Amino acid sequence: MAVAASTETPAFRFEMLWRDERYRSLTIQAIAMIVLMLGLTWLVNNAIENLAALGKTFDFGFLSQPANYDINQQLIDYTSRSSNARAALVGILNTLLVAFLGCVTATIIGIAAGVARLSNNWLVARLMTVYVEAFRNVPLLIWILLTASIVNTSLPSPRDYRGLDTGPVVVTNRGIYIPQPNFGEGSLILLIIFALSIAAIFMVRAWAKRRQESTGEQAPVFLIGLGLLIVPSLIAFFLLGRPISLTLPELAGFNFQGGIQLRDSLIALWVALSLYTGAFIAEIVRAGILSVSKGQSEAAFALGLRPNRAMNLVILPQALRVIIPPLISQFLNLTKNSSLAIAVGYMDATGTLGGITLNQTGREMECILLLMGFYLIVSLSISAVMNLYNNRVRLVER
Amino acid sequence: MNFNKLAIAAGLAGVCVASGAHAATLDDVKARGQLRCGINTGIPGFAFTDSAGNWQGFDVALCKAVAAAIFGEPNVEYVSLTGKTRFTALASGEVDMLSRNTTWTYSRDTDLKLDFAGVNYYDGQGFIVSKELGVASASELDGATICIQTGTTTELNLADYFRANNMSYEPVPIETETEAKEKFLANACDVYTTDASGLAATRSSYPNPGDYMILPEIISKEPLGPAVRHGDSEWGDIVRWSLNALIVAEEKGITAENVKEMASAAGDDPEVNRLLGTEGEYGAMMGLDQDWAVNAIAATGNYGEIFDTFLGPDTEIGLERGLNALYTDGGILYAPPFR
Repeated sequence: MAVAASTETPAFRFEMLWRDERYRSLTIQAIAMIVLMLGLTWLVNNAIENLAALGKTFDFGFLSQPANYDINQQLIDYTSRSSNARAALVGILNTLLVAFLGCVTATIIGIAAGVARLSNNWLVARLMTVYVEAFRNVPLLIWILLTASIVNTSLPSPRDYRGLDTGPVVVTNRGIYIPQPNFGEGSLILLIIFALSIAAIFMVRAWAKRRQESTGEQAPVFLIGLGLLIVPSLIAFFLLGRPISLTLPELAGFNFQGGIQLRDSLIALWVALSLYTGAFIAEIVRAGILSVSKGQSEAAFALGLRPNRAMNLVILPQALRVIIPPLISQFLNLTKNSSLAIAVGYMDATGTLGGITLNQTGREMECILLLMGFYLIVSLSISAVMNLYNNRVRLVER
Repeated sequence: MNFNKLAIAAGLAGVCVASGAHAATLDDVKARGQLRCGINTGIPGFAFTDSAGNWQGFDVALCKAVAAAIFGEPNVEYVSLTGKTRFTALASGEVDMLSRNTTWTYSRDTDLKLDFAGVNYYDGQGFIVSKELGVASASELDGATICIQTGTTTELNLADYFRANNMSYEPVPIETETEAKEKFLANACDVYTTDASGLAATRSSYPNPGDYMILPEIISKEPLGPAVRHGDSEWGDIVRWSLNALIVAEEKGITAENVKEMASAAGDDPEVNRLLGTEGEYGAMMGLDQDWAVNAIAATGNYGEIFDTFLGPDTEIGLERGLNALYTDGGILYAPPFR
């Protein structure tokens, strides 16, 4: 009788929702969900009511209206008569540009500094410690303002170059001007030849590797590669009658004209973002290297590998598994931090869509929502790409 | 993080959270015991901190006058706002009024849901350049790099002006007067453009004001005035008539010195009597005390006194009254009658 009673499921009673462990967690989750939904409803409802109280509507029609303001750095054609949507696009491209440049240089700086901080050279290691600590522990905005201030106040202004001969690269407090390439007739052929020589370099390297594996002999890959890179393109350049020429920056009126201008705002933002994020990446790289057990490097040295081959062939490939996941979040941080651009007048998405357009049209809600959507999409895309890479390098488990 | 983003976020959060309490601003202000007034982040003459750390200036005086009209004394909490953050701050209820050299335009009045309570300074956009450049006119500015305060009407005027004259320029957007000064003095921009009054004001703060000149062209109309939120006309009336009271006071020769005396007994001029509360129940019509205008004038002086103290020829800024003289003196300052 007692046995039969224990296998029988007791009838569900209402108080079991909080008395019985089996149901309690479900109850708590349900309550939390309801509270969350109520909170959200209240917020959204309040926003709608207050917009109505202010007499404001919620619509995106302003995006097709003319923006009426000018933007200094335009990667696509834009005039003040273009639409607000196009102004936003100009800003978005500027954000992507500085984010891309920043991620590349931050990675290079970070890896170099991370490796150097582990160096046996006392001076190098200490200098890197100073760099990492200085940049990690001071707010990014301060670094951006400082860099901008240095560029603006310590470099010569364009009018200081009046009457002077300027070289191909001119450094001013309004930016750095570099020569602009002009692609004339036949430049396509030249570019194809250049691409082919790069392909040839990879083929030579693959051939050298195969030969080394079968015969043990090493080929002078570097010299052959260098020759392949330069010689065919150089010959083609002269044979085709110098199809690519350079326009040098020249002082005309108030500013230098011709050439490509890397604006002071771009430089300030780029340098500050790279150095700041580079400091974090350096620590990630150092942690990654330290996570590879000492036996690995000792084994590599015992096999007779020189230190930098041991690093490239043994340690870094294993360290990458640890490095990449936090590296992704640093790239995301850098991209989001680029929204500090407005502090130095760099017209990124926050400066155009979330700044001037928002202000001139008074569409706070719409602009901020669009801006949030944009940063979300960019971040998720970076994340997705880096996760793909992470899947390739991570430890294959059987 | 960036303070602008914070301000915008705060504004948004304000729109989200504050429960539609925009209806009776006067009650809110009275309950708080203080007027929250949005002013510039700092521009000589209009809004600046004196050596004691108190806000002073032409725009600040209007805040004081409104607060004095309500409380009898100038209980003001100043909120300094950039060109970008000002409207969001007003719309979200962070400030009760803006007195921040803000241009009255059609779309701000209608689409941005502001109400302008009059004009306290008739201005126009101008350019300042270094004399070293040898530029005599704005038409010679083709190709120049121009510093400009972002989020202002000047940004739009500039784009229109250069397009109409078929010239090119490189805009350098900046947030505050201080930033503009740093960039302009370092020659990171050739030209700085804002309202002509602002140019005169900012030039007075340069190390060598004589090295810089304001170009003769005025490229826009910039009627600057106090703004309030749309939809609370009673509150708008208080700001509007506080400003008008200051202008009428100048017209009638009422000053900070003699206002108490003139208000002690009814005089010969019925308009003065109505303004100073010695005749009729004019304060009650706005929900204020009978001596509201007396307090406002006593706190700041009349329009002319305020102008002379902060902007006039005897100050470093040295602006002439020009358009801002009374209509009786050849200007266009004209307050509706107190009746």
